[in-house]
Parts: sequence; C-alpha cells; structure tokens
Amino acid sequence: MFSRAYRMVITVPPVAWVAVFLLIPYLLMFCYSFWSVSSTQSIVHSWNFDNYRKLLEKPVYWETLLRSMWIAARVMLFSLFLGYPLAYFMSFYAGRRKDLLYQLVIIPLWVSYLVRAYAWKTILGSDGVLNTSMQYLHLTRHPLEFLLYSPFAVVLTLTHIYTPFAFLPIYAALEHIPRNLVEASHDLGATPAQTFWHVIFPLSIPGVVAGATFAFVLSLGDFLAPLLLGGPSGIMISNIVVSLFGAAYNWPLGAAISLGMLLLVLCLLFLSEKLEKKWSFA
Amino acid sequence: MELRMTDAANSSRSRWLVAHTTAVFAFLYLPIAVLIVYSFNGEGVGGFPPHHWTLDWYRILLSDESIWDSVFNSLKVAFAAMAISLTFGVPAALALDRANFPGKALFRRLVLLPLILPGIITGLSLLMLFNVGFVSTILKLVTGQQLSLLTITLGHGTALISVATTEVFAGLQKLDRRQEEASLDLGANYWQTFWRITVPNLKLSIIGAALLIFTLSMDEIAVSFFLIGRDNTLPLEIWGRLRRGITPEINAISTIIFLFSLVTIVFWYRLRVRGEGGAEVGMELIEAKSGEAK
Repeated sequence: MFSRAYRMVITVPPVAWVAVFLLIPYLLMFCYSFWSVSSTQSIVHSWNFDNYRKLLEKPVYWETLLRSMWIAARVMLFSLFLGYPLAYFMSFYAGRRKDLLYQLVIIPLWVSYLVRAYAWKTILGSDGVLNTSMQYLHLTRHPLEFLLYSPFAVVLTLTHIYTPFAFLPIYAALEHIPRNLVEASHDLGATPAQTFWHVIFPLSIPGVVAGATFAFVLSLGDFLAPLLLGGPSGIMISNIVVSLFGAAYNWPLGAAISLGMLLLVLCLLFLSEKLEKKWSFA
Repeated sequence: MELRMTDAANSSRSRWLVAHTTAVFAFLYLPIAVLIVYSFNGEGVGGFPPHHWTLDWYRILLSDESIWDSVFNSLKVAFAAMAISLTFGVPAALALDRANFPGKALFRRLVLLPLILPGIITGLSLLMLFNVGFVSTILKLVTGQQLSLLTITLGHGTALISVATTEVFAGLQKLDRRQEEASLDLGANYWQTFWRITVPNLKLSIIGAALLIFTLSMDEIAVSFFLIGRDNTLPLEIWGRLRRGITPEINAISTIIFLFSLVTIVFWYRLRVRGEGGAEVGMELIEAKSGEAK
C-alpha cells in the first residue's frame, strides 16, 4: 500500500544517519586497531597486528579483562539473586500492590547513575554511614577499610545499579506465564515447589537470560564506578581503555581492546538470543 | 490470579518472599535516602547521624554559577538530542515496519546496538569519527572547537535513536493499518496521512520516547565523557567535583535531580498506563536491549 517514494523517505534519512554516525565509527575503530603510534605521538597508518600481539603477550591486559569479567559475573549473579525472587513475589503474590511496587523498582533507574555511585561512596567510606553506625553499635572498633576502594565496592554499586535491569525482563516473563498452567499444576497435585521448578521457572528462563545479559554486559564495560570506588585493585578493562585514550595516548591499542570488548559483547548477545529462542514457549 | 496461600508451607514461603522483597527495596533506596539526609547535614559529608540540620548546601548551590551553567548545557543537549533521535528514530521504526531494503537486518541491529553496548564503545568510536581530518575541520568551522556541546549532542542523538525506534515500533504493532489505507483511498496524500493518522495514533509512543530520551540524555555520562569540549554537562560537572573530593552541594543538586526525575517518571508512567495498562510499562527500555525489535 505504500508507494516507493514514501518508502524512500522513511528509509534513506535514518539509514544514512546510522551509516555515518554508527557504522563508519565502528569501522574506524576496526582500522585504528591495526595502526600504531609513532615516537612523535602521531598515528601511523601502516597495517599490522602489533596491538593484538601486545594484548596477548602482556598479562596486564588479559588479567584485567578476566578480573572485569569476574566482577561482571558477580554483579550478574547478585542481580539475579535479588531480582528473581522480587519479580516472582510481585507477579504471583503482590495482588493489588503490584503496580505500586513496580513503580518503586523503576524509580531508582531514573536517579542519576553517578549520583547513586557517589552515594555508595558516602555509605562505605571510613567515616561513612556504615562504619559510623557499626562503631556506634560497638560491632567494630575501627572503621573497616576494605569496604571502599575495593572490587567489593564496585560489585556492590554495580549490583545496585543493574538489579532493576535484571528484574524487568524476568518480571515481564513471569507476567506472561498463563495463569491456568499454574492452576492446572496445582489441580494435578503438584506441590508449590514442584509447580515452581517444573512450570514457572522453565517458562521464565528467557527473562532470566535477558536480565543476566544486561547485568553482565553493562557492568563489564563500566569505567566510572571503578574510578570512583574501585581503588587500584578494582581497575577494570575500560579503565585501561580510558587511560590509553587519555594520558597514555595510544589510541590504536585502546581501539584494539575496545574492539575485543565489542566482539565479546556481540558474542554474548548472539548466545543470549539463541538461549532465549530455545526456551521461549511462544 | 494469586496463588493459594492456605497451607503452612506456602505461607512460610510467602513470608520469606516478603522479607526478601523488603530487603531488596531497602538496598535500592538506601543510597537515595543517604543522599537526601546528607544534603541537609550540618557537618557536610562527615558525621553520621547528622547532629544539626541546615539548608546551607542548597544556599551554596543556588549561587554556584558553574553548576547552573552545566544544567543549562545539559538541557540544551537533551532537547537537541531529542530532536535528532525523533527525526531519525520515527522514520527508522516506520522503515523497519513497512519497507524492505537491502541490509535491513544489519540496519536494525546497528540502530539498537547503542542501547546494550557499554557507552564507552559508542563514545570512543564517535571520537574517532570526529578526529578524522575533514570532519574535525567541519566541526571547527561550525563551533570553533573540535569537541563541544555539538559533538555530545550528536553522540546522544545517535545513541538514543534506538529508544525512539523501539518505542515507536512497539506503537506501530498496535496501529490499525486500515485507518491509513482509508485515508489514502479517500484522497489524502502520504504527507497528510502521516500527520493526521499515523502521528496521532503514535502520540503516546512518541511522547513516551521523547521523555525517555530526555531523561537518559540528562543523565548520560559514558558517551559524553569522551566527546566533551570546554563546556560541561551536569553529570560531567558533578564528575569533576567528585574527582576533586567530596562536596556536599553535590548532595543538594542530586536531591533536586531526584525530585525532578520522580516527577518525570510519575508523569510518564501515568501517561503510559492510560495508554496500555500497567504490566508492560517501562519494559520498552529494557525490551529494546534484547537486541530484537519484536
């Protein structure tokens, strides 16, 4: 029903914009990763694999990558641990309060990321809320120093930030489960636990996969929480990239790492899409 | 439907769930509560619980010109980014819905990618584009600098096309195409049909997208971090101050931002609930991230 001209008008401008501002930049990143920096700090446009060789040879890069993945994995697990029962409760037990609780989960999502990370800094610091309260209650005599400037602080803060991201797809999946399936399971004599593990949980897996992907991918690329709360032991892979693009001035090496991250993320998205399809019942 | 909660096992189960839910909400709201309390704390950032209360930080904030400059910059960026994202995001959704062209699958993935991709990758790849000789020359001709609020706006606008596209695409799935057909049959041209039938039907999706884009842009930092010139946006101004040390007026501005966000989200939520009923609300942001416009 739509004429050729109409289809051109709706297609060409967005495609052109996306090509210029997304496709070309990604391709540029790809090119940069094969270039190098001369001793006079200018980019040398000769193609080689030196950056990738450096990434494989210097342990600091893949050790940091592994640490970032380990931090992201913990964030993912904790967000699922916090988010799943919350979603389950809201979907099956909350009754009329469902909508109110739902709003309450979303609201923190709209409070500035930076501001929330900073609030954790005030909570965890040596004269922060947690330490002063514990000393006041005589639980500890001296402030606990490991709370701030540690991977622990980064994991805690990122879990706080990405729990709603893990929650939302799980909740949506649970809400889509036909309630008569649950009823049938009860009527056929299954205990609540059996109903949960054999009916509800399998049907919620696509939501769990989506939530896990958000939590993992978004925390993997984070560089602000580590800078703010991580200290030297909480440095993540993106922090290395930031310094390569800043003070260390080695864009090509930074581009190689970014491209590695990009590929890793794309693989994870591909995997999670496959998993979601495999487990979706629609 | 609610599950039967008669037998003992089930009620202990629901008690456990209530406890868990309470704990999660406490965890989600603790930092926000701390922030608000500290914004009135006479001792600044040290000292808990506060011994005396004060409005000093709000007073200091009021006379802090560089913060208000950055708020103004953020507003400019957010409105301009909103315009860019809608200008290209709405047609992109239409194109995905009703046009076939080579590379459509790639296009769909590219448009949605910035939603799930860590901001650092979007920011850096754009920085590389703006560093290309002639692009940088054009930027300098337009603004006098290579990096400026313009580059941040381009970054936000591009990254947030994804939000406009997913929202509007979702709206299009509910649109009754026969209305457009009727309009065309009755002699209206495409332009008239677009403005009188398509847009009014997508009104809620478009307003929802606009609000989302606005809030996301106001808070965006990962992309802006790499595209910043001389003028700061608010999150970058806050970032700069946090790096220099803890300053209590940040608590005050954060409390104000929180209240603004609260008003925006309640407004947005109301709007959406009226449009489509509670359960799906808020999902579009997240649903988009599964990388698939459904």
